[in-house]
Amino acid sequence: MPVLKTYKIYIGGQFPRTESGRYYSPVNKRGQKLANVCLCSRKDLRDAVVSARGAAGGWSGRAAFNRSQILYRMAEMLEGRRAQFLDELQQMDYSAASAEEEINLSIDRLIYYAGWCDKYQQLFSSVNPVGSPHFNFSVPEPTGVVAAIAPQQSALLGLVSIMAPIIAGGNTLVIMASENKPLAAVTFAEVLHSSDLPGGVVNILTGKPGEILSWMADHMDINAVVYTEKDETAKKLLREKSAGNLKRVHFYDQTDWKTDKAESPYFILDCQEIKTTWHPVENNAGSGGGY
Amino acid sequence: MAKAINNIRPVYQPGFAASPPIDQTGVEERASRFTKRSIKKESKTNGLKLVLNMIDLTTLEGKDTVGKVKQLCYKAMHPHDALEGLPTVAAVCVYPSMVKVAAKALEGSGIRVASVATAFPSGQAPRDVKLRDTRMAVNDGADEIDMVISRGKFHEGEYNYVFDEIAAIKEACGDARLKVILETGELGTFDKVRRASDIAMHAGADFIKTSTGKIQPAATMPVTLVMLEAIRDFYYNTGKMVGMKPAGGISKSKLALHYLVMVKEVLGDAWLNNEWFRFGASSLANDVLMQLVKEKTGAYQSAPYFSVD
Repeated sequence: MPVLKTYKIYIGGQFPRTESGRYYSPVNKRGQKLANVCLCSRKDLRDAVVSARGAAGGWSGRAAFNRSQILYRMAEMLEGRRAQFLDELQQMDYSAASAEEEINLSIDRLIYYAGWCDKYQQLFSSVNPVGSPHFNFSVPEPTGVVAAIAPQQSALLGLVSIMAPIIAGGNTLVIMASENKPLAAVTFAEVLHSSDLPGGVVNILTGKPGEILSWMADHMDINAVVYTEKDETAKKLLREKSAGNLKRVHFYDQTDWKTDKAESPYFILDCQEIKTTWHPVENNAGSGGGY
Repeated sequence: MAKAINNIRPVYQPGFAASPPIDQTGVEERASRFTKRSIKKESKTNGLKLVLNMIDLTTLEGKDTVGKVKQLCYKAMHPHDALEGLPTVAAVCVYPSMVKVAAKALEGSGIRVASVATAFPSGQAPRDVKLRDTRMAVNDGADEIDMVISRGKFHEGEYNYVFDEIAAIKEACGDARLKVILETGELGTFDKVRRASDIAMHAGADFIKTSTGKIQPAATMPVTLVMLEAIRDFYYNTGKMVGMKPAGGISKSKLALHYLVMVKEVLGDAWLNNEWFRFGASSLANDVLMQLVKEKTGAYQSAPYFSVD
């Protein structure tokens, strides 16, 4: 008699069960139970945010090139586990061909953002003309801890497409996997785990977004929220409650994560803050004097 | 426990060689049980306020400045003004050189000034230096003295030396209450912790305290349990209450609540106030405040919205 695997969540570089002890069993179109999956509670969100906050300083302080190397390694690890992902995606109603495509695009997307890690800064920085003796420049800095609900219809590519630009930009992330297609997301945590990604940079929860959304929006230690579904009630709730600590709220209308429009450095920019510095300049030679 | 009551001797003779051996596995099992209690809602809020009221807000660093100590004293008096009905902390704990500053800053607030003394944290100094260290702190206005025992002498088996030293410091304290730091992380075994606790209490300690915070491991629940049981036995044998102060490594509210459960279940309600129980901590205060605000608003909190400790 086959015993269903219990898929665990990913918090702080470890694979705990949900603190609530609850689980649910998503079903595919053929009526097969996919697995026993953790039904996360607000306390798992709390723990994940603590991990993400703990990892934020170290991750944003990494050299951009190093972040790039780690994203690239993720792509390599994903490639290495192709067979397992193929199997899981097909359990979740993907055809063999579309599963193959989903994996290929996910690998490509990771490599795409790996490339951007040390380049978006040049694109989004500026030297600003000012009418005073200052060297004035603006640079992007990571927003901090970002929380996201992964696209519900895309089991792997959606999650990767949301995650990659956020962490490429030096943020840390708590992301909730697709409720009905969570298998690939949890297996992707194992990819992250073997990619030299420091624990806590990406935390993956499973369960029902409806239970968690309000806590996410209320949370004072989350600096931005990314949401991709069309649920207007959820959007309103996110918009209103996020005012508590003025967290950034980003709604993406994207439904097809396979097109070129689903990848862009502007996704990185969404979770960046622009810092402007006024640096006094003195023309010693020209003025003939110092201070 | 019942046995101890029946065995009360007319004049209690401390025999340090006779400190009971400690069952390590049993203590660890028992200590882990205290973490299984569920404390929610109103009890949690009350528990957290009690924890806040039991904190010895501490700064013991080489880089301490007058400004840092003043700021800490302000925090002691105003933990988080946005939240009404908060108690203050119990005491501010500083080095002897900062006692004057703290005493002035806390004047009239009811918050006590605690000072470490006796060549804290190593205790490696001659006795007259330790006594002068203590007297200076007391003269400058310390209400409480946190001394360290001579762990080296203790390991050499010089229990009388350790006993006499504590007694001498106690005398130098005058009216100030004496907390005796055993530095359990350097003692090694629960048997030694128990013996050191017995020595300290018989020598006149008003409090026994686990650690300086400079050595790992610092306070743990099992080691605190051993000390609480020593306090309990001492109370049954002599009728004298002794306080307990775990210090170092207690930075989360949840853990602090586990400690309260342990105190209640080992010693009882009489010890559940800051006359008889303290937490030596600095970052614990902010975590407690964050939990209290969370209980009130329902939203998880973020450290940058609370004052620096």
